[in-house]
Amino acid sequence: MPPDIEAVAEQVFAALADPTRRAILAALASRGPATATDLAGCLPITRQAIAKHLVLLAEAGLVTAEPGERRRVRYRLRSAPMQVAQQFLAALARDWDSSLGALKDHLDRVVGG
Amino acid sequence: MAFPDRIERTVEIAHPPEQVWAALTTAEGLGAWFGDEAAIELRPGGSAWMKWAGGHTADMRVERVEKPTAFGFTWHIFGLPEDDPRRTYVEFTLEPAGAGTRLTVVETGFAQLPDDAYRKAYDGNTEGWASELGELVDYLDAA
Repeated sequence: MPPDIEAVAEQVFAALADPTRRAILAALASRGPATATDLAGCLPITRQAIAKHLVLLAEAGLVTAEPGERRRVRYRLRSAPMQVAQQFLAALARDWDSSLGALKDHLDRVVGG
Repeated sequence: MAFPDRIERTVEIAHPPEQVWAALTTAEGLGAWFGDEAAIELRPGGSAWMKWAGGHTADMRVERVEKPTAFGFTWHIFGLPEDDPRRTYVEFTLEPAGAGTRLTVVETGFAQLPDDAYRKAYDGNTEGWASELGELVDYLDAA
């Protein structure tokens, strides 16, 4: 197993555990790249608080900073770590128990129990 | 490690391996208990698919066919984007148990390393943050 895959998933879940960071990520996902000022305009949080969370999210690789207009830094959501977290969730959601239960029911129905 | 790479289940089924085998490896069987509709080319390298009424489709590639003891296939990881190349391997093992069957299913590969292109995309943005973040700090300090 790659040594860092769990660390990546952990950073995603830690980021998502905080409602402010969830709101920032959700805003970037739904509206596209934005500056701290843009985000402050659409979220009930001060720009300073947003900037602090953005630095943390950038360090975790969940957003990437890019040059925006008038020398302002614009933040873009990065999907790669989310996909690693989805891998984790896929394993939790796989639910072989239901499928195998359906297999048993099928055999009882078709062949007779 | 908490990241689950392998899922394993064993169930006792009150029907002999031949009947369980048919349910696992025929279009009729797979389309009845697993998908809503299915097709399968039962040979290593053969393709198979299952469709659900909700519109979801699972494409599988048959990997192992040892009637009536082992059946394996790979498929796309459910929940990941369609174009994601990662796949898990599913293997069913059938053992006679009295008049019935002990069926084990093992699915592995949830914690696999993403392919090179993916890794490149993932690592590609680690440089340049320092200067960008420096600009952010400058901007906030000036505000």
